[in-house]
Amino acid sequence: MSIDVRPTRNYLNANYSVWSWLASTDHKRVAILYMISLTLFFFVGGAAAVLFRLELMTPPGDLVISETYNKLFTLHGVVMVFFFLVPSVPATLGNFLLPLMIGAKDLAFPKINLASWYLFMAGGLFTIAAIVVGGVDTGWTFYTPYSSTYSNTNVIATAVGIFIVGFSSVFTGLNFIVTTHTMRAPGMTWFRLPLFVWALYATSLIMVLGTPVLAISLLLVAVERLFEVGIFDPAIGGDPLLFQHLFWFYSHPAVYIMILPGMGVVSEVITCFSRKRIFGYTFIAFSSLAIAVLGFLVWGHHMFVSGQSIYAGMIFSFLSMFVAVPSAIKVFNWTATLYKGSITLTTPMLYALGFIGLFTMGGLTGLFLATLAVDVHVHDTYFIVAHFHYIMVGGMVMAYLGGIHFWWPKMTGRLYPEWWGRISAVLIFFGFNLTFFPQFVLGYLGMPRRYHAYAEEFQVLNVMSSAGASILGVGYLLPLAYLIWSLKYGKRSGPNPWRAKGLEWETPSPPTTHNFVDTPVVTGPAYDYLPKDEGELEERHVPVESAS
Amino acid sequence: MSAHVAHHFDDATQQAHSATLGMWLFLATEVLFFGGMFLGYAQYRYLYPHAFAEGSHHLDVVLGTINTGILLASSLSVAMAIHGAQLGHRKTLIRLLVVTIVLGIAFLGIKAYEYWHKYQEHLVPGRRFDPHVPAGEAAPPPEMELFFSFYFTMTAVHALHMVIGIGVMIALVVMASRHRFSAEYYTPVEMSGLYWHFVDIVWVFLFPLLYLVG
Amino acid sequence: MDSGFRLFPEQGSAEAARVDALYYFLLSVSGFFTALVCVLILFFVVRYRRGAKVNRHNLGTNVTLEIVWTIIPLVLTMVMFGWGAQVYFDMRTPPEDCMEIHVVGKQWMWKIQHPDGRREINQLHVPVGRPVRLQMISEDVIHSFYLPAMRTKMDVLPGKYTTMWFRPTKPGRYHLFCAEYCGTSHSQMTGELVVLEPDDYAQWLRNAPDDVPLESLGRELFQQFRCHTCHAVDQQTSRCPPLEGIYNSEVTLADGSTVIADEAYLRESILRPAAKVVAGYKGVMPTYQGQIGEQGVLQIIEYLKTLEGASPASNQE
Repeated sequence: MSIDVRPTRNYLNANYSVWSWLASTDHKRVAILYMISLTLFFFVGGAAAVLFRLELMTPPGDLVISETYNKLFTLHGVVMVFFFLVPSVPATLGNFLLPLMIGAKDLAFPKINLASWYLFMAGGLFTIAAIVVGGVDTGWTFYTPYSSTYSNTNVIATAVGIFIVGFSSVFTGLNFIVTTHTMRAPGMTWFRLPLFVWALYATSLIMVLGTPVLAISLLLVAVERLFEVGIFDPAIGGDPLLFQHLFWFYSHPAVYIMILPGMGVVSEVITCFSRKRIFGYTFIAFSSLAIAVLGFLVWGHHMFVSGQSIYAGMIFSFLSMFVAVPSAIKVFNWTATLYKGSITLTTPMLYALGFIGLFTMGGLTGLFLATLAVDVHVHDTYFIVAHFHYIMVGGMVMAYLGGIHFWWPKMTGRLYPEWWGRISAVLIFFGFNLTFFPQFVLGYLGMPRRYHAYAEEFQVLNVMSSAGASILGVGYLLPLAYLIWSLKYGKRSGPNPWRAKGLEWETPSPPTTHNFVDTPVVTGPAYDYLPKDEGELEERHVPVESAS
Repeated sequence: MSAHVAHHFDDATQQAHSATLGMWLFLATEVLFFGGMFLGYAQYRYLYPHAFAEGSHHLDVVLGTINTGILLASSLSVAMAIHGAQLGHRKTLIRLLVVTIVLGIAFLGIKAYEYWHKYQEHLVPGRRFDPHVPAGEAAPPPEMELFFSFYFTMTAVHALHMVIGIGVMIALVVMASRHRFSAEYYTPVEMSGLYWHFVDIVWVFLFPLLYLVG
Repeated sequence: MDSGFRLFPEQGSAEAARVDALYYFLLSVSGFFTALVCVLILFFVVRYRRGAKVNRHNLGTNVTLEIVWTIIPLVLTMVMFGWGAQVYFDMRTPPEDCMEIHVVGKQWMWKIQHPDGRREINQLHVPVGRPVRLQMISEDVIHSFYLPAMRTKMDVLPGKYTTMWFRPTKPGRYHLFCAEYCGTSHSQMTGELVVLEPDDYAQWLRNAPDDVPLESLGRELFQQFRCHTCHAVDQQTSRCPPLEGIYNSEVTLADGSTVIADEAYLRESILRPAAKVVAGYKGVMPTYQGQIGEQGVLQIIEYLKTLEGASPASNQE
């Protein structure tokens, strides 16, 4: 495989000047800008986690003082949620792949797409600045009246930062929806779309409809702090629960922003490495939409012990249960896709299979929280922390890394070192479980979240969790190192190293600036893996070893 | 392919279709943005109907009505401007856009006067909030301050949208005077018109909810 | 408190046992499906690995299978909902014969007042076997009163009373945590629930003979803030409605609607009297917001509860 199949001119080498990157409206370059910035934010958020996991090795608060601890977990939450997880798969892989997958030259609004990145960076800088000049200690949930009246930290700057990044999210979602509607190549009907596009579409709906409500809630908090216009102030009759309703109306659907695109990635990877058409295409596609719609009806399950009425609690519990159904449909269909496939355990496949296991656990523990009587006990304990990390880290981060590995050859024209990839995927899987499984036990034992110091009997489990976190940290650093290494030393991949289906694989690697020379015409369904592929696969062995 | 079709679109129809869909989606996000405030307003008005009626009586219905009239007139001028653009009448387009801008500024002027008046009456929420009570009458309910919190936040966010709208209109005037539009291509005028109508409609909801309570 | 390593928390009440039963059910369902998915994945990965000589005759989409694995989760989740809602409903509905204790949360301590005036901070002493109802309010931000051994918690809000109840069945010392993040020393806003045998509890109550009952403290405040100059007891004035028998009575407001004069209404009428004015009266009462603390308000309400209504019997006297 020494033939250089890389085209002489592609989106990466078209122009080397810095300005050509910062002013590029090419969706692929914008995706790369996002990827670099997201990686930075991920390690900023991760550094905070390292510090507080160290603190939690011992029961008393001895490494940092309480103020610092509270700022650390707030930093971790704000950065990871708003600056990593929400944009992660959509803004990088989605941006890069959506036009390629539907056979378009770019997104519908390339300038708005670049503007979204600038908004993202502006919001990020605002937030980082707020942290540098003293931090913020409200938790990423900004509950009033603590955030609006009592906290002495930089709530306004952080809220403004998130407000700005919200616009970035809205514009990305808007761009994706319009692109999916209007830019599909001839023959690319809705039910021939790759499931990744369906997942992005459902995600974008949530971004467009949910984010403005978060924006207005944070704006009201900032305005209240700035002008003392007490909309949430109990002293003049303000209702502290109003903020929670507004906040969760966005932030519960936002949880699905942080998992749906990952489900899309997994659908792509599993079919490719099972060499088989996906099982139950329409069921997976519609379950994405069902999750997006149900997501807007269940916010009250965050408030079972907040003082809302018993009957409101029952309705929200009832509706929340329905989310389990589309989630279960997806898991069963992915598993069934493996049946009678021809399976190779490449790095992306390991991540995808890890995703299914961890998402299953995260989803099932979600049922504990939807079940009223159990939630009363585990609400605001480590059980919650474990649950949403299983979804967001076990789910989304695994899918993000799986997707990055899967499309790395497409984005860079290089192969990553396969064995290093497998080692880090396995490390992350075990490190993750060791970090977060003990937290389920801690939560049911009653250890509240956001505790700087804790009772002695919780120490053993906390030490296990911290030990797992250190493995997880190494697991995350490895891909950073070998992926950068592969940019220069990785083998050239050729246009389609996985012999995968989909329009993106019909372009050269890396693709040219305008993606397609001629607009492609689609004639068949997605994932058209035919038996003859197996034979070809035998002779053209998937290149797994890197030149070292 | 015409010059105004961007490289990544196949034709002008696809481009116009995308712009329209994009604008409607953007307006959907705006509906939810204002929706958050309307929800808060509804909840508090349900909890404190008396205080909200009391607060509403402190607003100037005459000025509010005049402002409503001004905005409705500006919607008409925008609609006529779009019609002018469709026919390719550049001068009509520019003239009507200028009318819209003037009406928009008039609205903001009256709004600013109302704000000033409220400031002098100590009706701005916060430390200075201290409504005047005529001798022998009962003090207004403390929740009236909540009414004014909503009044100022909602009208200020609306006014901010007006300012952005006026900026967009000015940009359109500049573009039109540089011959950027024709009977075949006037999508920006149409899209900005949609935005302007939306901002007017928000006011049509704000006016009765704030000025005409009780 | 048993500080050894354990996987499941202590059960301090019958309700805790009910929650645990539901938890075990959820654990077994989750364990079953996690194991099922993992075993299937591992089995498929091994059996259908590339190069393995197996029958790969493709089935395509199977609608029956899709319906089956839609209905099974649906049925299971409905069972979870029903069971959870039933236990929740019971845990939120206090029995009649509750002993009432007042809790005020503030950054970062729990102030507790017993009906007979006994006060404690970050400790709550209760007798075993009796249901206890907590009437809670916060002086600043949102807190949450969490008793893991009772499997119950409830947010403590500023400006609004919330309640929770539990019936301890086993004497001992249990954790009390603040579960809602409330600022710098959130993790120090902890304490102890001490469940005593009835005799020990009586002993504990006797240990503080100087405590003045809450209603007496309330009466003192009533005098101190000169409430009695208008709301003179046993004397009708035209300026304000009578307070005798007001607690839990139906009050008609100026706009014609009616409310029940419960703790929430009485508190609001003390702190923000203009909010709900009784029909036939002018809202002339000044606000006491910022002058009387939440504990004081609770004491005044206890005093108001003791004022007897004008019953037919007293009229005859």
